[in-house]
Amino acid sequence: MNVNYWLRSKPLVIGGLLVILLLLFMLTGLFYTPYEPNEMNTAMRLAPPQASHLWGTDNFGRDIFSRIMEGAQTAFLIGVSSVSIGLTCGLVIGAVAGYFGGWLDEVIMRFIDAMQAFPGILLAIMLVSVFGPGLNNTILALGLMSIPSFSRIARSGFIQYKEFDFVKASIAKGAGAWRIIIRHILPNMVSPLIVAASLGFSGSVLAEAGLSYLGLGVQPPDPSWGRMLSEAQPFIINAPWYVILTGVVLTAMVLGFNLLGDGIRDIYNKKG
Amino acid sequence: MLATTVLLVSVITFLVFQVLPGDPAQIILGVDADPHQLAALRQTMGLDRPVAERYMTWIKNAVVGDLGQSLRYQRPVADILAERVPVTVSLALLSLTLTLAIGVPLGTLVARNDGKWPAVWLSALTQLGVAMPSFWLAFILILVFSVTFRLFPTYGYIPWGEDPLGALRSLFLPSLALAIPGIAVVTRYLRNTLLDQSRMDYVRTARSKGLREKGIMYRHILRNALIPVVTIIGLIITDTLGGSIVVENVFALPGLGNLLITSIGTRDLPLVQTLVLYIAILVVGINFVVDLLYKVIDPRIRLKR
Repeated sequence: MNVNYWLRSKPLVIGGLLVILLLLFMLTGLFYTPYEPNEMNTAMRLAPPQASHLWGTDNFGRDIFSRIMEGAQTAFLIGVSSVSIGLTCGLVIGAVAGYFGGWLDEVIMRFIDAMQAFPGILLAIMLVSVFGPGLNNTILALGLMSIPSFSRIARSGFIQYKEFDFVKASIAKGAGAWRIIIRHILPNMVSPLIVAASLGFSGSVLAEAGLSYLGLGVQPPDPSWGRMLSEAQPFIINAPWYVILTGVVLTAMVLGFNLLGDGIRDIYNKKG
Repeated sequence: MLATTVLLVSVITFLVFQVLPGDPAQIILGVDADPHQLAALRQTMGLDRPVAERYMTWIKNAVVGDLGQSLRYQRPVADILAERVPVTVSLALLSLTLTLAIGVPLGTLVARNDGKWPAVWLSALTQLGVAMPSFWLAFILILVFSVTFRLFPTYGYIPWGEDPLGALRSLFLPSLALAIPGIAVVTRYLRNTLLDQSRMDYVRTARSKGLREKGIMYRHILRNALIPVVTIIGLIITDTLGGSIVVENVFALPGLGNLLITSIGTRDLPLVQTLVLYIAILVVGINFVVDLLYKVIDPRIRLKR
């Protein structure tokens, strides 16, 4: 692996740095936050950024920086878990549709088409409105929401690779279908899947923010950037830093994972 | 194709609401309702019949526009929708207009100056455009244009019939917030298709004939590069409709998205179900029209058949 070659890709470097910084930010928050995130201080309501509260305080006098730190844990948790759900289900569905093909492929793809007719967040909203809000249901809804795109990517990969000679050779040697899928084809698809996972991660973080802003996502006391933004909205004039800083961190995370995904794609496209 | 998708969309929407824990009749009448009343309401709502039959009734009514009564508003759902649809549709159309009116010139500009620093920075900005949540963008636009410059109202909607200029003003910021991710996508996509097209043989032919660069750009390259852009318009409209669910709530615009969220809040699930179905079918319909449009615009696709 040529490190210099990787470092020449600007999206990869910037995205990677952003993701590493946010990861450190989140990990630090597990052990240390400047203030207890839920500690209220009525004497310091809506205080602007200053030495004692670097990013100011909210309407209950809680330290915004500490709360954003804690929110990062939820963002990473939701990103990782919903991508895991989407990726796992998408891989199985994509493998069945792509590798076996035939009528099964036809049925699955019609179903995926129908799921993609629900614009992004609408599918999640529908699921959450039925199952109820909360951290677990939000993860489940966002995971289900991302299944169609993962399935499509996996399917096109399996369709492409099943015609390769090494697959035909394995079939001739008597390997079973699932052995070929997992041991022979899957390792070839790691790069596109990493790209999809990275872009899916930022999609989930964005959707979670939207859901929680609407009051349908993560519920108190679980911290969430989306809910912080909805709490900050009434104070947009008196405390603009609250809205701005929360959104900047959220955008930084989405941007980081988008750039990371784009950067990895550029590199394997050039190689392949 | 279209029919199967619409059918599946309706089945998914119907089935998701079937797994709902609890009995809708119980939700309406409350926990300590009279069992006879409960049974009677179940019968009028059709809850005592099999799932397949209920689906058939539901879909038949949805097609003829008899959408039943809303639990909360105690009014026909069709009437409520008739008030809300124009808001969301104006918002989507205005946002699409902004997307194309800004995205196409911007994409052309970036492609013409490929490699120079302003174009590189603009490309970087498009990454930011897709990374910002539209409702946060809406906050920032409110801060800049409503609070600081006092150019637009911070929230609310003025119907077109009352004051067309006021309506435009009340819809401008929400449309812009919805359009910015789309502008970023169009800019980036058009830049790539323009650069691809400019390497084609017909461009070399045009140059060797001695045509001016501007003429080649606008009469030859741009026309061909815009064709693939049509395919992403369907995608952008889908995203706009999804985004408007959130943005309508930021600006308290009385559209479909706003209705959807209030209905979830009041557990008016029949209304939620209908709204989800209609929005999804709208998306399928728009994508179908965009596909047709693509065939009309690009003569090669018609010839291939």
